[in-house]
Amino acid sequence: MSYVASNAIAQDTWVPVCKLDDIVPNTGVCALVKGEQIAVFHIDDGDARVFAIGNYDPNSQAAVLSRGLVGSLGERIVVASPIYKHHFDLSTGECLEDPVRSVNAFAARVENGQVWVSA
Amino acid sequence: MTQSTLVVNGLDVVVIGHGMVGHKFLECVLADVAQSAPDGLDVRVTVLCEEPRPAYDRVHLSEFFAGKSAGELSLVSEGFFARDDIRERVRLVLNAQAVSIDRAARTVSVSNGETLAYDKLVIATGSSPFVPSIAGNDRTDCFVYRTIEDLEAMRLRGASAKSGVVVGGGLLGLECAKALRDLGLDTHVVEFAPRLMAVQVDEDGGRMLRGKIESLGVTVHTHKNTTAIVDGESAANRMVFADGTHLEVDMIVFSAGIRPRDELARACGLEVGARGGIVIDDACRTSDPDIYAIGECALWQGQIFGLVAPGYDMARIVAKTIAGATSAEAASFEGADMSTKLKLMGVDVASIGDAHGKTPGSRSYRFADERREVYKKIVVSGCGKHLLGAVMVGDAAEYGTLLQMVLNRIELPEAPEFLILPQADGKAKPALGVEALPEGAQICSCNNVSKAQICAAVRDGATSLGAMKAATCAGASCGGCVPLVTQIMKSEMQRQGMAVNNHLCEHFPYSRQALYHLVRVENIKTFGDLLAKHGRGLGCDVCKPAVGGILASCWNEFVLKKEHASLQDSNDYYLANIQRDGTYSVVPRMPGGEVTPEGLIAVGMVAKKYGLYTKITGGQRVDLFGARVEQLPFIWEELIDAGFESGHAYGKAVRTVKSCVGSTWCRYGVGDSVGLAIDVENRYKGLRAPHKIKFGVSGCTRECAEAQGKDIGIIATERGWNLYVCGNGGMKPRHAELLAADLDRATLIRYIDRFLMFYVRTADRLQRTSVWRDNLEGGLDYLIDVVVHDKLGLATELEAEMQLVVDTYECEWQKAVTDPQTRRRFRHFVNSDEGDQHVAFVEERGQIRPATPEERQQIPVRAQHETLAEIPVVVEAV
Repeated sequence: MSYVASNAIAQDTWVPVCKLDDIVPNTGVCALVKGEQIAVFHIDDGDARVFAIGNYDPNSQAAVLSRGLVGSLGERIVVASPIYKHHFDLSTGECLEDPVRSVNAFAARVENGQVWVSA
Repeated sequence: MTQSTLVVNGLDVVVIGHGMVGHKFLECVLADVAQSAPDGLDVRVTVLCEEPRPAYDRVHLSEFFAGKSAGELSLVSEGFFARDDIRERVRLVLNAQAVSIDRAARTVSVSNGETLAYDKLVIATGSSPFVPSIAGNDRTDCFVYRTIEDLEAMRLRGASAKSGVVVGGGLLGLECAKALRDLGLDTHVVEFAPRLMAVQVDEDGGRMLRGKIESLGVTVHTHKNTTAIVDGESAANRMVFADGTHLEVDMIVFSAGIRPRDELARACGLEVGARGGIVIDDACRTSDPDIYAIGECALWQGQIFGLVAPGYDMARIVAKTIAGATSAEAASFEGADMSTKLKLMGVDVASIGDAHGKTPGSRSYRFADERREVYKKIVVSGCGKHLLGAVMVGDAAEYGTLLQMVLNRIELPEAPEFLILPQADGKAKPALGVEALPEGAQICSCNNVSKAQICAAVRDGATSLGAMKAATCAGASCGGCVPLVTQIMKSEMQRQGMAVNNHLCEHFPYSRQALYHLVRVENIKTFGDLLAKHGRGLGCDVCKPAVGGILASCWNEFVLKKEHASLQDSNDYYLANIQRDGTYSVVPRMPGGEVTPEGLIAVGMVAKKYGLYTKITGGQRVDLFGARVEQLPFIWEELIDAGFESGHAYGKAVRTVKSCVGSTWCRYGVGDSVGLAIDVENRYKGLRAPHKIKFGVSGCTRECAEAQGKDIGIIATERGWNLYVCGNGGMKPRHAELLAADLDRATLIRYIDRFLMFYVRTADRLQRTSVWRDNLEGGLDYLIDVVVHDKLGLATELEAEMQLVVDTYECEWQKAVTDPQTRRRFRHFVNSDEGDQHVAFVEERGQIRPATPEERQQIPVRAQHETLAEIPVVVEAV
């Protein structure tokens, strides 16, 4: 996953958003990072991983992606928007049904139970 | 050919009789004319109907006594005759009897004084009941069984009668006996022949049938020749029999056969048969080439066809001939197969082809099981290669297969006895390979659908039974051919290389039904466990909510419990309904739509305090819109304090029970619909299911609660409650069907328990009861067998499963606000107490509505709440 290469990112862009325990496994939360709404997901299929993408769903024009259901489609880990069910790749932010309406993806990591997002 | 169409342009057609066959003719001729437009004929049709109402379903007449109304039996869709395209072509004259036909002038005189000119005349007068010439057959307690008026008269007399007899033990006679039994009478059947249904059933089958009918409380008297009806001593009438015995009953219904109504034809000199019936040729033409006769009044090659399917065939043929003069398709009537399958008082009876083995050299195989009361016989040709006929009593599962074998002369398997023997270990029943059927084989005789048409529909994408019915009408009427239609559909799908695959999604190679079974049998309690044992990947937005629902249906644990929370769709995850702008709506439960003034005020106060948009729902409750995630727990707390609980408007679950005010207030009500609605809603509230479930309870047949548009509809009767199931409003409205009538409350609840749990157990994901029902192979009869007769032996289990759900009910809102782990999730930001800056409202008609994205652009983000709507935004700190 891309966030593993986090050393390449300048240290000061990383923001602590919450504890890993604050996110129910296999769901998301929304974090306010530098004025921006970022959806942060906690995927747990044996080992815990976190992902971060923009929270604003361009299809429904509502800030709701953190409240979608997460899962896998083939090899991709995705969230389904709760409004019109478009799927977004959690690693890249790509909208599977309509790539023009993709969202930003952000690096995220867990350190000592703390979730960090780089924005 | 083209010349002749010009001559007949502007064709006046008169139809005498608006029964099932007359109406079929009307439908067909209109369809055929529409198809030949725009250069088609200008056909104008006048239909004379002597009854006060348009065509209705006489085949299902006995359901009138089981609770169906005259309107429900109608064959004419509402507003049909008022439609513009129909009105300009068709005139239906009710209460109008044709008095005479003047063939020279080509006119028909009508009882209302009109004289109608015709170019083509169609006689569809049907038949009248035959009343044997017995002294006293005109007594006031004597009835016949043919029209709705006859039934109304029977019902009137039945209300004060204690006993009744049907004269005639044939097919119609037994239908009629069911009607008397439904009226609550001590019921008798008197038959002249030595057995019941002598035409269709042989001696052994007749004996089995008699046993079954008698065990249902009907007394059968065979070999009885009634000589007179006189005053009785213990009842109003006495039937005197030739053998010196007698029977006393209050009312008598004659159902001893039919006589074709050929009197008009006879009077105008058309050829009629020696024993009645208007003689027709293969084109259904009478001896006058401009006059046709169709249905039970017509005599073809010396035969009268007393079934509806041949009548429909004749209607189609005449419609084609009249409308499609240019059509090269020369339609001709080729006789009809008189095989029948029916359910008489819950007993399956079927007769195919040469049921009595009259063919010289034929041999038969017989199987009788006196414990289960099943009798089956097949008649095989002398050479042993072909099936000639069959009789089945008590179980007619093989009807479709055997009929096709007879009709298509399919070669018999090596040991034909296995066609009717119960399956022994390891020995599979020889099925009719549907591949063996010729393309032209008629599969659905009610709607004349061939194998080729079914296959074509599959290629056009009809790959479920429901879609097949919609595309071809196959199986949509009596349903007898549904197993065969399904087989052909699946075989064609396989031939086309279409995956016959009902897997839930890529993560589970199982149908929803199979997963439900696994969860139950293996006692699986979490999604993780199920995925590890039977799935792959992480799951997705298809399988997670589906499994979440299954787990809730089975074990009814709190849906936001840690193991289950991540399975829930956003609506279930926040126990509210997400709206287009990401805010939520909140619906408190108001069982039966009953609410106190205090309750209503409390709801209003909450709406006012939190600035919510308020609207009354279709399910008789109040919906509060525009709540933000962080407000939800506070709103719920206030609603809970006022005595409300979650309305489950967000779940694939039991939602509401709509009711009318019922007998408590309404001067027409016969049952306490509100009281029942409240009890029913409190029993089933929150039950998770494959899709949402709505109920309705009406206090009388006026049906103000529109219960027949609901998954479960309950209507009060004088004697209890009628239970209707599988109705739907919404995208594809469907009337609910009567499952059982005149139930007491305890039985009603038991049947609903079984019905709901059977649906929960077997439906596909997101399949409403209406679609589930359309795809159920055995149709309504099967559902009645399972729920009422407990044919699968599941009743106790289903009731216990429901009781567990009822006993473990908890208000999810209450649980969510009191559980700190759950409650802390109700914030928009995990790291801030701010709200979602994208949410903004504007005022409209004195309430809020979401601002459009354009409106949002115009307002500085920070000031949105304050400037747009003068409505308080209350967010209390967590």
